[in-house]
Amino acid sequence: MSLLGDMSAWVDFFSTVLRLSIPIVFAALGGVLSERAGVFNVSLEGCILGGAFGAATGAYLTGTPVGGLLVGLLAAAAIGCILAGLAVSLGINQLVTGIAINILVLGLTSYLARLILGADATSTLPGFSPMAIPVLSSIPVIGPVLFNQDPLAYLMYLAVPLSFWFLYRTPWGLIVRAIGDYPIAADTVGVSVPAVRALCVIASCMLGGLGGCYLVLCQVFVFTENMSAGKGWIALAAVILGRWNPALVFAACIFFAFSEALQLRLQFNNPDVPYQLFSMVPFLASFVALVVFAGRVRPPGAIGIKYVRGGK
Amino acid sequence: MTAQGLRLEKITKTFGDFKALDGVDLTIAPASIHAILGENGAGKTTLMNILYGLYQPDGGRILLDGVPQRIASPRRAMDLGIGIIHQHLMLVETLTVVENVVLGLPGQGMRLSLDEHARRLATLADSFGFDVDPHQEVWKLPMGMRQRVEILKVLYRDARLIILDEPTSVLAPNEVEGFLQGLRRLRAAGKTVIFISHKLDEVAAVADRVTVLRRGAVSADLPIEGATPREMARMMVGRDVVLTTLEKASLKSDTVLVRARDLKARVTRGNQALKGVSFDIRAGEILGVAGVDGNGQAELAEVLTGLRPAEGGSVELAGEDITCTGVYERRHRLGISFVPEDRHGTGLVLDFPVYQNAMIRDFRESSFSSGPMLRTANAKAVTEDWVRRYDVRLQSVDQPIRFLSGGNQQKLIFAREVECRPRLLVIMQPCKGLDVGAIEAVHRTVLAERERGTAILYISTELEHILSVCDRVAVMCAGRITGIISPEEATAERVGALLGGLAEAEVA
Repeated sequence: MSLLGDMSAWVDFFSTVLRLSIPIVFAALGGVLSERAGVFNVSLEGCILGGAFGAATGAYLTGTPVGGLLVGLLAAAAIGCILAGLAVSLGINQLVTGIAINILVLGLTSYLARLILGADATSTLPGFSPMAIPVLSSIPVIGPVLFNQDPLAYLMYLAVPLSFWFLYRTPWGLIVRAIGDYPIAADTVGVSVPAVRALCVIASCMLGGLGGCYLVLCQVFVFTENMSAGKGWIALAAVILGRWNPALVFAACIFFAFSEALQLRLQFNNPDVPYQLFSMVPFLASFVALVVFAGRVRPPGAIGIKYVRGGK
Repeated sequence: MTAQGLRLEKITKTFGDFKALDGVDLTIAPASIHAILGENGAGKTTLMNILYGLYQPDGGRILLDGVPQRIASPRRAMDLGIGIIHQHLMLVETLTVVENVVLGLPGQGMRLSLDEHARRLATLADSFGFDVDPHQEVWKLPMGMRQRVEILKVLYRDARLIILDEPTSVLAPNEVEGFLQGLRRLRAAGKTVIFISHKLDEVAAVADRVTVLRRGAVSADLPIEGATPREMARMMVGRDVVLTTLEKASLKSDTVLVRARDLKARVTRGNQALKGVSFDIRAGEILGVAGVDGNGQAELAEVLTGLRPAEGGSVELAGEDITCTGVYERRHRLGISFVPEDRHGTGLVLDFPVYQNAMIRDFRESSFSSGPMLRTANAKAVTEDWVRRYDVRLQSVDQPIRFLSGGNQQKLIFAREVECRPRLLVIMQPCKGLDVGAIEAVHRTVLAERERGTAILYISTELEHILSVCDRVAVMCAGRITGIISPEEATAERVGALLGGLAEAEVA
C-alpha cells in the first residue's frame, strides 16, 4: 500500500471519528451544564432526537439550513422547558421525568414526521456544506480532518473551551457549580436556585438539540425515526467519564467516537461476521472505560436532589 | 450605623396555630455584642429569620437606624448591611475560600477575578486578625476556620449587623475561645453582633447585654453585669435548673460488670486509635471518659458496642468474654445499649416517624412484632408511653422525627436504649447542642439507670458534665487512658495535665 493511500485512509478514519463525535460532544456539554447545576439530564437522547426533528421540519418548511437550525433549537428548548417545569419547579424525580420525556419525544417525532414531512420524508433536505478554512485546511492529515468542515463542527470547536471558560472563569459558572454541590449556600447569598437550574436545564437541552441539528443538517440530510440511536446515552456516560469537566468530557466523547468509527471499519472489513457483534463495541468500550477510569469519581453533591428551601 | 442601632417593635409570627413569636420588643445598641438566649423552640431562630428576610412578620415593625424597614428577602437584608451566620455553615465544601466569598456577590460583571478578590479578602481577614488562606478548599479546613470564612463572607459584603445563630455548636471545645476573641474584635471594629446561644458561660464571657426569650416572648432583657448564669438559666427555662450537682446515692455494689483489658483498635484509614486501654466498670457505676475530641473515644465506644473490631485485648461482660461477639448479639443477648454521638446519622432515621425510630432497636421483640408482622398499633402505644414518661415534646408519634428539636430527639433515643433494660450503657456526647433543660433531663435518665444497676460509660468532651454525673473519670489522650480519678480529685490542673497526656498512676 502506498504512503499516499495509507494517508488518505487515515484522513478518512479520523474524519469519521470527528463526524461521529460532534453530536455526542454537544449533548455531553449540555449534560455537564445541567448536572453541574444539580439536575440529571437523562432526556439528552430525546433532545437530540427532538433537535433533529425540528431541524428537518425547519429546513423542509423554510428551505434553508439556518431555518432548520432555529426550529431545531426551538424544539429542544421546548423539551428543556418540560424537563425544567417537571423536574425543577414541581420537583418530580429527575430520572423518571427524563426517561418519560425520551419516550414521549420518540413517539411524537415519529408521528409528526409522517404528518409534516409525509411523502417527502426520504428526499434530501437543504443542509450546511463544508467550508474549508484557508491555509489551515492545507496542512496534511490535520487540515482536511479538522479544517474542511461544516459550520456546526467549527461551533463545536468553540463550544468546548467556551463551556470551560463559563464554568470556571465567570461568576455565573461559580454559581452553577455551587448550586450543583450545595444549593442552600447559593440561596442564602440571594441566588434563586430554581431559576438557575431551570436556565441550565433549558440550555442543556438546546445543546443536545444542536447535536440533533448536526445529524440532519450536516450529516444525513433526512430525518428518520429514532435517528439519535443511543447517542444521548453515550453522552451521559461521557459526562461521568469526563468527571463533569468540559475538557475531559470532550476527550471522553472522542474516545467513544473512536470506538464507534472502529466498529464501522470492522463491520466494513469483515462482512461475513454478523454486524450486530461489532455494533456492541462502543457500548462495551463505555463499560470498560467507566470501570477503569470512574473509580474515584465524585459527582456534584446535590445532583438529583430537588431543592426545597428550609428543608433540613 | 448611627447611634440608634436596631429596634424591633411588637414582632409577631404565627405558624398555623403555633405562635412562634408573640410581641417581641428588642433594642440592640450599635457596636455591641447582644446575646439572645432561649431554649430550643423559644423562637430565637424564627426571630433571626425575620431579620434576614426569610420570613415576614405577621405584625410589628423593624427599625434600622430609626427608619422602618421591610426586609423582603435575604438580598434586601444584605443590602441593608445585615449578615447572618447560620448554625449549619452555608459553605460549598468543594470550592475554595475566595470562591465561597464571591459566590453570588453582586456587580462582578462577567469575569471572575479570583486573584483580585483573594487579595482584598486577605487584607480584610488580616484587619480582623483572622488567619485564612483564600485559595484553600473549604473541606480541608477545620470547623473553626470555616466559621471564620462565613464571617468573612458577610464582612466582605459590608455587613454592619452580624447575626450568629448558635455559632459554637459546630466548634470543638478548644476552638471556642478563639471564636469569642473574634467576636470581640468585630465589636472593636464597630460591628454590631447578635449572638444567639443557649450556652450560658459563653454568653457571660462575651456579651454586653442579654435578652432571654421564652415561648416566643421576651422574658428578660438586661445588661450582662446584672445576670448570673443561674439566673439566666432560670429565665430561660422558667424554673430553677440544677446546674452542676445532681444528687446521687453512693455505689450499691462492688461487682465488676465490665472488664476491658489492653484494648487496641485502628481507625478506618489505618492509624492506631486505641493503644491498650484498660478499665473496669462496676454495676451501678458511671465511668466518665474525658478528653479532647479525637483521642480514641469514638473508637472505644465502637469497640465496646461491636461496631469496630478490636485488634487486641479483651472485653468481659459479667465474666463472659465478649471480644469477638457481633453487634446483634451484644445488643440483644448481652444487653449493651448505645447512645451515639451523631444523633442524626447514627442514632435516628430522620425521615421515619417517631414510633418507628422508637422500635428500631428491638423491632423483633414481642412488643413491636409477632412473627414476621410488625405490630404497629402496639408500637405506637409503647411509644406514646415513652413519650409521656420521658417528656418528649411532639405533635404525634406519626410525625417524622426530623421535626423534633435536638433535645426531644435525644430523649427518645434514651428511652429506646434504656427501656430495653441494658446491662451496659455506652453514651457518647449526649448533650451536644442541647439546652440546659434538656441536658438536665438527659442526666436524670442516666442517673436513674445507675440506680437500676447498669454499668455506664459516659464519653464527653464537656468536663463539667462528666464531673457532675460520673463516679470516676478516665481521661484519654492519644489512644491511652492517662489516668482514672474521682470527681473530687479532679482539679483543673490535674485534669489538664492528664488531657495533655501526662500519665500518672491509676487512682481510685
